[in-house]
Amino acid sequence: MKELKLMKGNEALAEAAIRAGCDAYFGYPITPQSEVLEYLSREANNRTGMTVLQAESEIASINMVYGAAGTGKKVMTSSSSPGISLMQEGISYIACAELPCLLVNVNRGGPGLGTIQPAQGDYFQSVKGGGHGDYRLIVLAPSTVQEMADFVGLSFELAFKYRNPVLILTDGALGQMMEKVELKPQMSREFKELEWATTGRKNGNGRVITSLHLKPDEMEVLNHHLQKKYREIEKNEIRYQAINCEDADYIIVAYGLVARICQKSADLAREKGIKVGVFRPITLFPFPYQQLKEVASNKKGILDVEMNSGQMIEDVRLALEGSVPVRFHGRMGGIVPSPEEILDKLEEKFIGGAV
Amino acid sequence: MAKVKGDIVIDIEKCKGCELCIAACPQGTLEKSKHVNQKGYLYIVKVEDNCTGCANCALVCPDAVITVYRQTSKAKQQVAKISNVTGDLTVTVKE
Amino acid sequence: MSEKKMLDDQHYEEMIQEESICINDNIVYEAPKSALYDTPMHYCPGCGHGVVHRLLAEVIEEMGILNDVIGVAPVGCSVLAYNYLNIDMSEAAHGRASAVATGIKRVLPEKLVFSYQGDGDLAAIGTGETIHTCNRGENILIIFINNGIYGMTGGQMAPTTLPDMKSTTSPFGRDVITMGAPLKMTDLVAQLPGTYYVTRQSVHKPTNVRKMKKAIQKSFEYQKQNKGTCFIEVVSNCPSNWKMTPVESNKWLEDNMLPYYPLGDLKTPDGK
Repeated sequence: MKELKLMKGNEALAEAAIRAGCDAYFGYPITPQSEVLEYLSREANNRTGMTVLQAESEIASINMVYGAAGTGKKVMTSSSSPGISLMQEGISYIACAELPCLLVNVNRGGPGLGTIQPAQGDYFQSVKGGGHGDYRLIVLAPSTVQEMADFVGLSFELAFKYRNPVLILTDGALGQMMEKVELKPQMSREFKELEWATTGRKNGNGRVITSLHLKPDEMEVLNHHLQKKYREIEKNEIRYQAINCEDADYIIVAYGLVARICQKSADLAREKGIKVGVFRPITLFPFPYQQLKEVASNKKGILDVEMNSGQMIEDVRLALEGSVPVRFHGRMGGIVPSPEEILDKLEEKFIGGAV
Repeated sequence: MAKVKGDIVIDIEKCKGCELCIAACPQGTLEKSKHVNQKGYLYIVKVEDNCTGCANCALVCPDAVITVYRQTSKAKQQVAKISNVTGDLTVTVKE
Repeated sequence: MSEKKMLDDQHYEEMIQEESICINDNIVYEAPKSALYDTPMHYCPGCGHGVVHRLLAEVIEEMGILNDVIGVAPVGCSVLAYNYLNIDMSEAAHGRASAVATGIKRVLPEKLVFSYQGDGDLAAIGTGETIHTCNRGENILIIFINNGIYGMTGGQMAPTTLPDMKSTTSPFGRDVITMGAPLKMTDLVAQLPGTYYVTRQSVHKPTNVRKMKKAIQKSFEYQKQNKGTCFIEVVSNCPSNWKMTPVESNKWLEDNMLPYYPLGDLKTPDGK
């Protein structure tokens, strides 16, 4: 029997975390994601015994995640843009020490303190590293409340499969809006001891969680190991959605909430006789370069739409390697583009001839 | 009262010659050697045979290189060992 | 083994056997072997870190908690503590050791968790984490090595640097008017209801070493009983950056550090 509920995106994500058998959440309030911490504070511990702790800062949160993830438990945190910026040092350590965990960024408009409205300005930070050094997060971009919930379990699965932090990159609108969501059954919090995890010495030798390797040759070996892992992730974990792209003349590329708006734009376009499809990367790292190139070959034009000044467009261009004209439309500062506005821009930039 | 007899063994290759043991030793048993170890430190050596095994040197040693020994009196060790006795028994122990 | 020993050799060996009291039965002190790796430590000659590492190892072995302890190393000279302590350990970002320890303890409450931090780590960049960890009364032990200086980066001024004390970033001495007065973190955390046992120790003399060991023992006992945060400050030396011999540094510690950071318990279970 299906369990359907009307829930806010942030709450659906929190509920999914409880049901995924998450062991601990460490977080700090920030709009527009505070509902995650609030919901878990209310629901989690008495239902599954999950640890929920409001830390003194995002810096403390991410370091608590580091400590707890080092024991091999299922651990997560969530925040919004400025808070995620504060966490970057810790995330770099986590990536280097190869600790599995779930991070959630409910993206709001920046830079600086910015606004509490939805935005996608954290694409570079999420996908290209974010903190210092060469590392990658696996980045999942939901576009519905249902996916906000579904990606939690998937994230833990991927995090443990690759011993890598996974980021759900969503935004203030998805976090706040209410939709119907189908919930998965409760998983147990059964703990499986992992051979690398620091749970108290086994077999006479202390285990160490660290990101420090003073000798440069050792550090390079570790870097090669990380890169090899990222290539493996790129090979196995690309996820995307191509909607009505086969017969389309134009493709709109967008992720997250914007991809949904663009579907409406595509419907409006088809009503006017313009064949438009939508290509939506679900994993932002690994980015579906090859898949986009295949879908976009022989199209008349690609419109990249983002709620920023143009960040993912760099990956779109890398994917297409100049084979198809790429144009951009973006809104910033927390403004969400409307379906009509996007269609207007598509017509203006391609059909109207204006570039 | 008989003096307590002690001795120490220093792992000279791990010793950094910081001299904290020399300062801590109440007997003046220790000195810096005239030779360096593989790391290039003038290590510490025992120069007097007056160690009491008080372990002060080992307690302050930051590199855990000192093992301390103390001779236990044989007379004390040989106090009567009697077990599984039933019925009356009279024992006289002579010093 | 048919080869016969020369009389002199044999005689010599017998003589040694007879005279040496260095036999296992006579050991009154030896370095811990299970919890401390038999490897040279990278610390400068005379540095207090080695003593505290050794004491931790002694207590862990004696209490039989080798497989129940998880330590957190800081950024600072003791960043490589896990190369010496043979227990499960996690290396934290600068200042965040107590947050990392909190994370570990919260998901493994039955384990004994400690953080090991220097004064720059705990009292400057990690002040927030330290205060809040103690305020929540996390069931962990925080060991705070205070030598009044940044050791690893080469002798810069720490929050605990004494008034008028010279460092590479207070080359004319710490001016308390512009640089602030030395921060007494231990006094601060003793005020918080979350702390159960707060003490200030040193390891510069045999008696102090003995007391320090007791403090670590007590702290792990209290942690087993879920009593709250235990906090041990160790007033220590830094011969290299104080630019003194180890023996001189301990004298300087006694004459200058201890008057400002007096030794003793600041908070005990019986409210003394």
